[in-house]
Amino acid sequence: MSMEITRRNFVKATAIAMATAAAAGSVSGMAGCAPKANDPIGGESTTKTLAVCRFCGCGCGVVVEARKGKIVSVYGDPENDSNRGLNCVKGYYLSKILYGEDRLTKPLIREDNSKKGTSEGFREASWSEALDLVASHLRETWKADKSRLAFWGSGQQPITEGYATAKFWKAGLRSNNIDPNARLCMASAVVGFMNVFQTDEPAGCYADIDHADVFITWGANMAEAHPMLYSRVMSRKISDPKIKHYDVTTLGTRTAATADKVIMFGNNGDLAITNCIAHYLIENDTYDHDWVRDHLQFKQGTENIGNAYDDGYDKSDVGQKVDATESITFEQYAERLAPYTWEYASRISGVPEEDIKELYELFANKDLKITSFWTMGVNQHNRGTWVNHNLHNLHLLSGHYCHPGDGGFSLTGQPSACGTAREVGTFSHRLPADLVVANEAHRRFSEAVWNLPEGYLEEIKAPGFHTTKIFRELSNGNIDFLWSAHNNWAQSMSNLTRFLGRGEDKKGIFDAFIVVSEVYPTISTKYANVVLPAAMWIEREGQFGNGERRTAVFEKAVDPPGDAMWDMWILMEIAKRVLLDEKIGDEDAFDLLFGEWYDKDAAEFKQATQREVCKSMWEEYRTFSNPSLNPRAAAINAEKKLKMEGKQLAPYEEYIENHGMTWPVREVDGKWLPTKWRFAYGPQEEGYDQQGIEMYGDRGLAGDVSFYKAADHRPSVVFRPWEPPAERPDDEYPFVFCTGRLLEHWHTGSMTRRVPELNNALPEALLDMNPADMEALGIKDGEMVKVVSRWGEVQIKASSAGRTQPPEKYLFAPFFAEETLVNLVQQEMYCPLSKEPDYKKTCVRVEKL
Amino acid sequence: MGAGKIIAGIAAAIVAAEGVAGFVMGSSSKLLRPPGIQSERDFMARCIKCGKCVEACPYAAIRIAGPSEGSAAGTPFIDAREQACRLCPDFPCVEACPTDALRDVAEKHDPHMGYAKIEEDVCIAFKGYRCEVCYRVCPLIDEAITIDFEQRENDDIHAKFIPVVHKGVCTGCGLCVERCAVSEPYVPIRIVTLAEDGAHTGGGGKGGGEGGGAGKGNGAGNGNGRGNGESGNEGAKG
Repeated sequence: MSMEITRRNFVKATAIAMATAAAAGSVSGMAGCAPKANDPIGGESTTKTLAVCRFCGCGCGVVVEARKGKIVSVYGDPENDSNRGLNCVKGYYLSKILYGEDRLTKPLIREDNSKKGTSEGFREASWSEALDLVASHLRETWKADKSRLAFWGSGQQPITEGYATAKFWKAGLRSNNIDPNARLCMASAVVGFMNVFQTDEPAGCYADIDHADVFITWGANMAEAHPMLYSRVMSRKISDPKIKHYDVTTLGTRTAATADKVIMFGNNGDLAITNCIAHYLIENDTYDHDWVRDHLQFKQGTENIGNAYDDGYDKSDVGQKVDATESITFEQYAERLAPYTWEYASRISGVPEEDIKELYELFANKDLKITSFWTMGVNQHNRGTWVNHNLHNLHLLSGHYCHPGDGGFSLTGQPSACGTAREVGTFSHRLPADLVVANEAHRRFSEAVWNLPEGYLEEIKAPGFHTTKIFRELSNGNIDFLWSAHNNWAQSMSNLTRFLGRGEDKKGIFDAFIVVSEVYPTISTKYANVVLPAAMWIEREGQFGNGERRTAVFEKAVDPPGDAMWDMWILMEIAKRVLLDEKIGDEDAFDLLFGEWYDKDAAEFKQATQREVCKSMWEEYRTFSNPSLNPRAAAINAEKKLKMEGKQLAPYEEYIENHGMTWPVREVDGKWLPTKWRFAYGPQEEGYDQQGIEMYGDRGLAGDVSFYKAADHRPSVVFRPWEPPAERPDDEYPFVFCTGRLLEHWHTGSMTRRVPELNNALPEALLDMNPADMEALGIKDGEMVKVVSRWGEVQIKASSAGRTQPPEKYLFAPFFAEETLVNLVQQEMYCPLSKEPDYKKTCVRVEKL
Repeated sequence: MGAGKIIAGIAAAIVAAEGVAGFVMGSSSKLLRPPGIQSERDFMARCIKCGKCVEACPYAAIRIAGPSEGSAAGTPFIDAREQACRLCPDFPCVEACPTDALRDVAEKHDPHMGYAKIEEDVCIAFKGYRCEVCYRVCPLIDEAITIDFEQRENDDIHAKFIPVVHKGVCTGCGLCVERCAVSEPYVPIRIVTLAEDGAHTGGGGKGGGEGGGAGKGNGAGNGNGRGNGESGNEGAKG
C-alpha cells in the first residue's frame, strides 16, 4: 500500500524529517532506510505513506512513516498545497492518537440494559454475532416502520465510506433518516451557499490569504480553531504593515489578541451591522454598479420566523415556509435596508457607530482586496443562514468576490465536512454532488448513476429527519434503531439533559437499539446496545475533502488492532444481511448496489486491496460530476441542464500523485488541473475557472466573473432582517453562555485527550468569566461553580485567566471534556432554515457552590 | 505583635548580621521556591522548615526538599512540571509563612521566583509548529510571554509563532513548564530559579538581569541567541 516514492520526493521528505527532528516524540530511524514501493505493512523497513490530518477542516497534508506495523513518525507534507508541511501541535502528535491504552478491539454487546448510560453491562462478542444482532434490529425496524430508524454520520467520515453509507441508506433502505454531525457545524453555511449561488462551498481558496489587503474574521477564532490558516494570515500580515485584520466577535480570543481592530458585538448584532453596511453602500452610491447590473438578483424571504422550541416546529405554519423567498427589485431591497442606520445598528449591536463606519469604508473601497472568514459564530446561530446570506450580500454588492484575495470564505470545521457530508450529501435532504431528494430531475439523475429503475427513488422525495429531529424523536420514543459512526453525539449534541435521558424524556434513549461504531470508549458508547470496533484513520485507506475544496487521499499505513475492522467492511456485512433476498427490479438488491466491490457469499471484497476498492468506488462516485461516464446520466444532465460538471472530480490516482486537488478538476490535454478560484475567468493552468465558464458561463461580465451555477447566472442577494437571539438575558438567567473549541483538543477530545502531551497541555475545561462578574458573585479563580440554564446545569471550574476574555455577563467554555459536559445546559434551538443548533448564546446564571 | 512577627524580626536580624559577615547560606540550592521569595539567601536565612506554606497551598504545588538537597533539605520547593504555582489571588502560602521568608506579594505580577527559559532547539514552535502552549497558559499572557511572528524558513506563506519570555515580568510560576506539550527528548522550557540566576549573575535579588516589558518585535532573528541572559548552558540536544 505504500506510495511510489520518487527519488526527488524522498530526498525532500527526508530533509523535512530531519528538520522536524523526532516528530511526535519518536525517532524516525530514517538513516539509510530507503523505502520500497511494495513494502508490506508490518515489515522491517520503513514505509512512507501520504495522509491528511485527522482533525480540523484545514486539511493539512502529512507524511506517515511506519515500521513493523507501527507508526514511527508523522510530519507535515511539504507537497500538499493546503499546508506546505505546516502542522499544529495536534498534528505533531497524530501518531499517538492510534495508541491510546483503551482502543476498542472487540465487538461489544450490551447484556444488561439497566446499565445503559454506563460503561458496564457489556460482553465481548464475535463479529458474526454482533453483525447478526445489528442487522436483525435494523431489518426488523425497516420492515415495520422506516420512520423509526436513523443513521448519524459525520464530517469525519471518509468520502468513499460516506458514499457507500448514503447509497445504502437512500437507495438500499430508501430512507432519508441519515444526517451527519456536519449539521451541527456547517449546515448554515451550506444553506447560505445553496440559496445564494445554487452550489455549495466557497468560491475561493486558502491562497486568497496570500493576496488579501484586509482580513475580516466574523465569529471565527481562527488562531485556535484553524491554526495552520492563521499562520498563513500572520505571514501575510508581517509581509506588509499596511495589511489589516478586523475581528468581529462576541468575546476576546487569541484571534482578537492579534487583530488590528476588535469589533465586539452582542444581541445578534451581526445581522444589523451587515445590513447597515449594505444600506450605506447603496445610500452613498458606493456599491458596485457593474456587479449589480451583470450578476445579481434581489429577493426577500419569510420573516418573523420565531424559534424552534417545540418538536413540531418544522411542520408548523411558519416552519413550513421558512425557506420561501420572493423576487424584489434593487430599489425594494434598498428600501428594506433603509431602517439600518448607523444609529440603529449601533443600538442593536452595541458597536460604536464609528466602528461600523470603518467596516463600511473597507467595502466601499474598490481598491482593497478583502477576505472575510467566518465560521461557528456565524453558523451556530439561531439566524445562522441569514448571517451567511448577509456576508455574501456585502461581498457581492461591493464587487469584492471571486478574485484572489477578494472574497467571502466560510471556514469549515471538520476534515471532510466538505468532502463527505456536503459533497457526497450524507444529509437527510441531499443526494450526491449538490443534488437534493426533493428535486425530480435530481432523483432521476441519481437513479441513472446507481443503475436503479426509473422512479425507484420516488419513495425518498420527502426529506428525512435532520439531526436535532433524530434526537428529539429518539427522546420521544419514536426511534427504534440508531446507528452512529465517526462522531460522539452523547457529548456534542445540544441540550444533553434531554438527549441523554436525564430530564423528563427518558424513554427513547433507553428503549431504542443503539449501535455505535467507535475506536475508543466515549459517552456515546455508554448508551450503545452494540459497539462496533472500527479501524482508525490510517489503519485503512480513505479520503477527506477539506475547507478549500481540496480532495486528498490518506493511505493505509498500518493494520487496525485486534478485531477492529474497516468501516466499509462493517457496512457491507450489515447491508448484505439487511438486504437479504431483497430485489430491486429483478436483481438482487445488495448485488445491484454493492456487487461491484463486495462478494457477499465469500464475505470479502472483490478487489485485492483497499486501494482498488476505493478507486473502483470513486469511479462510480465521480460519475455524478462526470456524467459523460454514464450515457443515461449524461442524457439527463443535458436535458435538465443540471451542470453536474460544476463539481468535476478527477480519477483517483490524480489525488495521490498531486497530494490533493481542489475541485472542479478539469482535464486539459490529458492533464488534470485543479480550480482555485471558481467563477473567475482566467487560465485553467493558473487555477482559474476557464473551463467551467467556457462550458456553462458568460464572458465579458463585470470582473470577468460568471456565476454559471446560479439560476439565470445571478446569485441571490436576499434581504435578511435583524431578529433577536432565541434567548435574551434576564434577571433569572443574566449571562450569555458560548461554547467552542480550543487549539489543543479536537472536538469531544476522544482522540486528543488520549495523547498525554495534549491532555497535559490542556487538562480541564474551564469556564472563562469576566473578572468583574467573578468579583460581583464572590467567585475566586479555580472555584467550582454551577452553570444553570432553562435546559439543565453543569458544574465547572471558573477562571478569569482562561483562554478567552469574555465581556461582562458573557461566559465561554470548551466542549472537549467529557467530565464537564457543558452541553447539558445548551439550548436545543436551531436556525429554522439550516436546522443547525445555536451553541453560542444560551442564557444561564452562575451559582457559587 | 504576634509570635510569627517576632520570629520574622529575629530572622531578619540574622540575615542582616550574616550580610555583614559575608556568609552565604544555601548557595548550593537551585530549587524553585514559592512566591514571595526575595532572594535565596534571604529565604534560607528565614525559613524555619515549618511546612506551613506546604499545608496552605491549595494545589499541593509546594513540596519539601529531601535529604539530597543538603542544607536545603526540609525547605519548601515547587516542581513546576509536576504542579506549578497557580498564583492564587490571596497567596495563602505567603500568608502562612511565620518568618516572612515569603513576603511582599499582593497580586499576580508581584512574585519573582525565577523566569522561564526556552530551549529553542527542542521547542516545536521554533520549528514552525502552531503550538505556543506556554504562551496561552501563561497567567501573564501577552505580558510575561508574548509571540513574535517570523516567516517560516523555506516557506513564503506561513509564519512561525515564536514565544518570547520577558524576564523582568515573568514570575517564574512554572505553569508553562507544567503544560509544555513536548516531553521528548526533554521539556524545552524550564524555570531559571532566583538562586540559579543569582549564582550566575552574582546578584541574587529579584527581577535582576535584563528587563524588558511586554511588546512585540523584540529580538526577532532566526536561530540561537534569543536566550534570556544565559546562553548555551544546556547545549543543543535532539
